[in-house]
Amino acid sequence: MRTVAVVGASLAGLSAARSLRKQGYDGRLVVVGDEPHRPYDRPPLSKEFLAGSLAEAELALEGDDEDLAAEWLLGTRAVALDHRGRKVRLADGREVRADGFVLATGAAARTLPGSEGLAGVHTLRTLDDARALRDELARGGRLVVIGGGFIGAEVASTAYALGLEVTVVEAAPTPLAGPLGEAMGAVVSGLHADHGVRLVCGVGVKGLSGESRVDAVLLEDGRSLPADIVVVGVGARPNVEWLEGSGIALDNGVKCGADGRTSLAGVVAVGDCANWYDPRAGHHRRVEHWTGARERPDAAIATLLAQGAVEPGVPRPPYFWSDQYGVKIQFAGHAAAADSVTVEAGSADGRDVLAVYRRAGDPVAVLGMNQPRLFTRWRKQLGAPR
Amino acid sequence: MMIPACRLADLPRGEAHRLDIDPPVSVFHTDDGELFAIDDTCTHQDASLADGWLEGCEVECPLHASKFDLRTGAVDAPPAKLPVRTHEVVVEDGMIYVQLSLAAPNLPPCISARLAGGPA
Ligand SMILES: Cc1cc2nc3c(=O)[nH]c(=O)nc-3n(C[C@H](O)[C@H](O)[C@H](O)COP(=O)(O)OP(=O)(O)OC[C@H]3O[C@@H](n4cnc5c(N)ncnc54)[C@H](O)[C@@H]3O)c2cc1C
Ligand code: FES
Repeated sequence: MRTVAVVGASLAGLSAARSLRKQGYDGRLVVVGDEPHRPYDRPPLSKEFLAGSLAEAELALEGDDEDLAAEWLLGTRAVALDHRGRKVRLADGREVRADGFVLATGAAARTLPGSEGLAGVHTLRTLDDARALRDELARGGRLVVIGGGFIGAEVASTAYALGLEVTVVEAAPTPLAGPLGEAMGAVVSGLHADHGVRLVCGVGVKGLSGESRVDAVLLEDGRSLPADIVVVGVGARPNVEWLEGSGIALDNGVKCGADGRTSLAGVVAVGDCANWYDPRAGHHRRVEHWTGARERPDAAIATLLAQGAVEPGVPRPPYFWSDQYGVKIQFAGHAAAADSVTVEAGSADGRDVLAVYRRAGDPVAVLGMNQPRLFTRWRKQLGAPR
Repeated sequence: MMIPACRLADLPRGEAHRLDIDPPVSVFHTDDGELFAIDDTCTHQDASLADGWLEGCEVECPLHASKFDLRTGAVDAPPAKLPVRTHEVVVEDGMIYVQLSLAAPNLPPCISARLAGGPA
């Protein structure tokens, strides 16, 4: 292989570039990214960076003197993958020819239809989003967060600490029921009420009101929540539109095997845009978490360099963390597979639970709130080959 | 400075013992029976490496999974960027002692700020 093109210059793309060099690839390496910035870390965007306690320079993912001998084409978007011609076409008309391709285009925040062009309405995915929201929060006022998922909850927690009056609206009866199950979703989202942040559940959002600037969030039950700032945290969708027509199999992202291989030879996919086959769960899953974007490129690059001739290992169970109201939340495994959840240490009321999810008696997932030591033990046990 | 940590017999293989000095230091007993001492606080954020995942000569941070080499203190990958300090370990009469390094520690920004009297 003489040239590899990595498309997407964030955590998964950078990790893939690093894996290439670590695994001995010494050919030409081109990294394409549509943001103008060098790779930066997203988790602090809803936490320390938004709170103003972490400077922009500290978001950098690369080491100070790191040199991957790569050609960085930043601020330019890939618009098509031409597999026959072995090239990627860029929005500015340039083309990158390569023998191997790594797709790492991540995900983009979902928006609310009809909210375009209304000042005071934000989503949070990129550094530019975070800068804009941070400046707005600094002015204070009433914040309504639409969506009680992890990003919404973290923004609520950060804004609360900054002194804003915060309301979180969630369409489901309990936030986080998807990733954590209903019982534990309720425990974790109890953190909002503990801090006097209002949580409105079980009602959808009909729309926003305001002339040029938002002034309220309108609910489906007819209520209206006055708002100076609105954050829409209703999930993300994979950035794969540019791959349509390339012949690659797409299904909720780029469909790929447990080792990142896609339906096209010489093309692997990593990070939030990839819908991996998960051998533990027995189906495909698109996992939008930091650790997967950081670790899975190792396997995908091994596959790419071996031209598919390696056996994929079983990846560690998916893991994520979240920081809300000073509580470290950690989760690993698959909540949906469980038929029971038991609290093994701490308590739900104390907001320091260590809860283990089981299926037919076997642990399949673990949740910790401020329990890093016990959590790590359980996580290790979950990851052990059975 | 030589600091007594704990009795070797009280630190099983695969376990770590944290010394509550400032900044804290931890002694790791690997599955192969080797002993290492490093600064306990991850260089990324406020996490105790004694709570981490010990495998071979490496400990993985319990929060965001950067790995530190117990022999050199080197870090493998983000989010942490700086190494941790390593300290010498001496065993005498069944007692583990730590010889503290004279190098400056690499503490995470949140802790350095606290030590400097700034906001945590
Ligand atoms: C605010 C926030 C907080 C988070 N907090 C946590 C947390 O606490 N814990 C946790 O586990 N995870 C967290 N995450 C998730 C984590 O950051 C993501 O899983 C991770 O960033 C995924 O990396 P990626 O490289 O796959 O995708 P991304 O980081 O989305 O990067 C993809 C890159 O590709 C670029 N791109 C897209 N399309 C194209 C194209 N056609 N051509 C060129 N470039 C393109 C994008 O602009 C982007 O720069 C958080 C995410 C956000 C946004
Ligand atoms: S606190 Fe250790 S890697 Fe983040």
